[in-house]
Amino acid sequence: MTPHMLTRSLDRGAAIFLTIVAACGILIPLSNLLLPEGSALQVPTYLVALWGKYVCYAILALSIDLIWGYCGILSLGHGAFFALGGYAMGMYLMRQIGTRGVYGNPVLPDFMVFLNWQKLPWYWYGFDMFWFAALMVLIVPGLLAFCFGWLAFRSRVTGVYLSIITQAMTYALLLAFFRNDFGFGGNNGLTDFKDILGFNVQAEGTRAALFALSCLALIASFLICRSVVSSKLGKVLIAIRDAESRSRFLGYRVESYKLFVFTLSACMAGVAGALYVPQVGIINPSEFAPGNSIEAVIWVAVGGRGTLVGAALGAIVVNYAKTFFTSGVLAPYWLFMLGALFILVTLLLPKGIVGTFNAWREASRERRPAAASAAAEDGVNEPKMAEERS
Amino acid sequence: MPTKLSARLSSFVLSLFLIAFALPAFAGPFEDAVAKFANDDFSDTDEAIGAVASSGNKLAFPIISALQDGRLMADPDSKKVYVTGTDGKSIDAATGEAVASVPDSASAVRLNNRLRRSVDAALGSLTLQSPDLGARLQAAQSVFKSHEETALEPVESALAKETNRSVKTALGEARAAILLFKSDATEVQKLEAVATIRARGDQDALALLSDIGTDQPASVAKAATSAIGSIQNSLAVWSTVQNAWYGLSLGSVLLLAAIGLAITFGVMGVINMAHGEMVMIGAYTTFVVQEVIRTRYPALFDYSLLIAVPLAFLVAGAIGVLIERSIIRFLYGRPLETLLATWGLSLVLQQAVRTMFGPTNREVGNPSWMSGAFELGQITITYNRLWILCFTLAVFAVLLAMLRYTSLGLEMRAVTQNRRMAASMGIATSRVDALTFGLGSGIAGIAGVALSQIDNVSPNLGQSYIIDSFMVVVFGGVGNLWGTLVGAFTLGIANKFLEPVAGAVLGKIAILVLIILFIQKRPRGLFALKGRAVEA
Repeated sequence: MTPHMLTRSLDRGAAIFLTIVAACGILIPLSNLLLPEGSALQVPTYLVALWGKYVCYAILALSIDLIWGYCGILSLGHGAFFALGGYAMGMYLMRQIGTRGVYGNPVLPDFMVFLNWQKLPWYWYGFDMFWFAALMVLIVPGLLAFCFGWLAFRSRVTGVYLSIITQAMTYALLLAFFRNDFGFGGNNGLTDFKDILGFNVQAEGTRAALFALSCLALIASFLICRSVVSSKLGKVLIAIRDAESRSRFLGYRVESYKLFVFTLSACMAGVAGALYVPQVGIINPSEFAPGNSIEAVIWVAVGGRGTLVGAALGAIVVNYAKTFFTSGVLAPYWLFMLGALFILVTLLLPKGIVGTFNAWREASRERRPAAASAAAEDGVNEPKMAEERS
Repeated sequence: MPTKLSARLSSFVLSLFLIAFALPAFAGPFEDAVAKFANDDFSDTDEAIGAVASSGNKLAFPIISALQDGRLMADPDSKKVYVTGTDGKSIDAATGEAVASVPDSASAVRLNNRLRRSVDAALGSLTLQSPDLGARLQAAQSVFKSHEETALEPVESALAKETNRSVKTALGEARAAILLFKSDATEVQKLEAVATIRARGDQDALALLSDIGTDQPASVAKAATSAIGSIQNSLAVWSTVQNAWYGLSLGSVLLLAAIGLAITFGVMGVINMAHGEMVMIGAYTTFVVQEVIRTRYPALFDYSLLIAVPLAFLVAGAIGVLIERSIIRFLYGRPLETLLATWGLSLVLQQAVRTMFGPTNREVGNPSWMSGAFELGQITITYNRLWILCFTLAVFAVLLAMLRYTSLGLEMRAVTQNRRMAASMGIATSRVDALTFGLGSGIAGIAGVALSQIDNVSPNLGQSYIIDSFMVVVFGGVGNLWGTLVGAFTLGIANKFLEPVAGAVLGKIAILVLIILFIQKRPRGLFALKGRAVEA
């Protein structure tokens, strides 16, 4: 039967992906720590941090692919969940600084002393404990997504309207976090971190461990997404993506499905942000900028939405290109390239890299006599294009 | 030869002054008074200020203003006092003769807060009779605020000579302020004073009345309390009016930025994220027009905006048609992809402008008829804001008329309501799409011309408006342009009324949250399109 073949072929892609991520997660830290510096095979520490950043972006891309590729919810505010997770981790790291700050205050972070605050605001309580911060990394983005989604999906805000209000959401948060009296460091954000769980954030060993953890988180996120989309629930999500009204008329509670997947996706984005902050060493309000969220969407589009592997791949490819181009003489042209990428991908490569590759393989298999009709499954993999317009 | 005439007039006035006051002054008291500045004693300095100010000597004004700025140098050894000009040249304060240099032992005459008040009062009375209308008015205002008793006489003599109505009122108010605080003024005088100040009715009057102290007669205190109440009420009304005006002004800007978006979104269902960049292109067109005018035809500067408006419409409109033909028409029916592609386009356009014109702000000037302001009651209305409001309404009216009375408007409405049916009736929908997109972009270009007058012209200009414009469209709904109008003005006014309560940023956040909540209640905006088109 074709569905079986399809799962198997997808499984092969997934297996390759998981193997590569796992290999990187083990080999790169080992090579960084064990091989002597200057050796050809040794990965320098700065590269470990850089690739760690890419892996976090890949998790964010996965979370966007889960809702956009499989449920048709285009969120232009996913950067907000990413940043909230990052802030939760940043707050833990700030509390860990203790008396080593510039002002040496054991409780208050430097910026609060600077602003003449006398006591810690209530929402900073508990962040000196790692388990609490880790819980908040999941709960804060999840709760925001739940409330937002509960309001939006119940009143059937869909399509571009939803995209625009998610953008407004991240924009409002951007403005709020820029304020000093909001208690999150204002413009400068949270930085100057010293250690995490007692290990120095700057140390090579910590960085290598964080990288390995990020890879682990990517694998876990991928497996969660896979299990969601290949379950019965995932089939309903795809049905909602392709024909929302019809799914509703068939008796599915569309808003509950959407709400579940949206909240799950926000939690994943939060985890990505939490892993991102200790590796980058700073979190500030510019992470909330609407532009960041849209850029994350284009990673997914480039890699191929509705493929999961593609989303992660797209995030890494686009960010690698960004690092490559913005560091050289080509820097002034990067925005041209990024802009062209948006236009060309949507016009010429609507299925993205992985989607196009899959379609090409399907087509070549079809030419072989053994393959029966795979056309029916095409619809599963690629979003339906509305055709009410001529 | 107006300059020569005025020079002659002023020298005539000066000589009159010299005859009237200077002759006795030269006999000694003026020099004695000036010499007191060198004693480095606050009470001596105070006396000197009073004596110099009332001397009528032509040096009085330069001396007191130098004292205010810390440019009055006194030498304690020789008891000589010098005025150092802002140009670095110095004169002897007693004689007015130029000196080569101020001796090193001289130091600036020191002031304390009490003296600073008498300096302000002295300066005020010195300029009360200045030939310049503005200077007189300002002097009267400063006396009103300082209400030094010593200024009473100069104010009264100035009041007797004054012919200008507004200066006369200001002097009357200044006199009232002095009398109110004068301990030996009669109760009747004080009551009159309270009435005069009450009639003035602004923030300064309020401050003055709340400051009168407890040693006033009971009737005066009562009158003052009731005056404070009435001023507060009228100020509250004026501040509401002012907020409403600011709100209208902001609303007109929002409307201008959003109206083009409403057309493309409403008619074509296309989310154009590059809309803000069309606004920016309009602003840069204005910049180029002004550059050309500045270098070639400086006389035409006042007409620069009139030239820029049609040009900006054409430039932005042409770019819009080009975008529609080359990108957007391939993406119809895929609104989310259109959103991404136009976002990419906005990045490209921004970077292109950054490459061509540089990343910094470009200066776009206000023509003379757009600069300045006028007072309306207690609020100030700037001409550029007023013109932008009028301009916005004019654009709106023209657009409305175009949609209603022209054949393109008819076709556009037909396509909005039912695309397939319109196509079956022989309307070339793709042509209508291109023209609609061009129209929307062109209007964004016109908005850019207006915004160049109140905002920085930089490559990021468009980005700062795009989210607000979307909010307006989403709030107003895409059913018709009236929704956009109501949406823009509602958001503008709500924003400005929240600002004083919550602060600018929190106010804006509150608006965004309110819109997000509003969308829940009415997912398709205030003026939603009804009928089958809704589900399309």
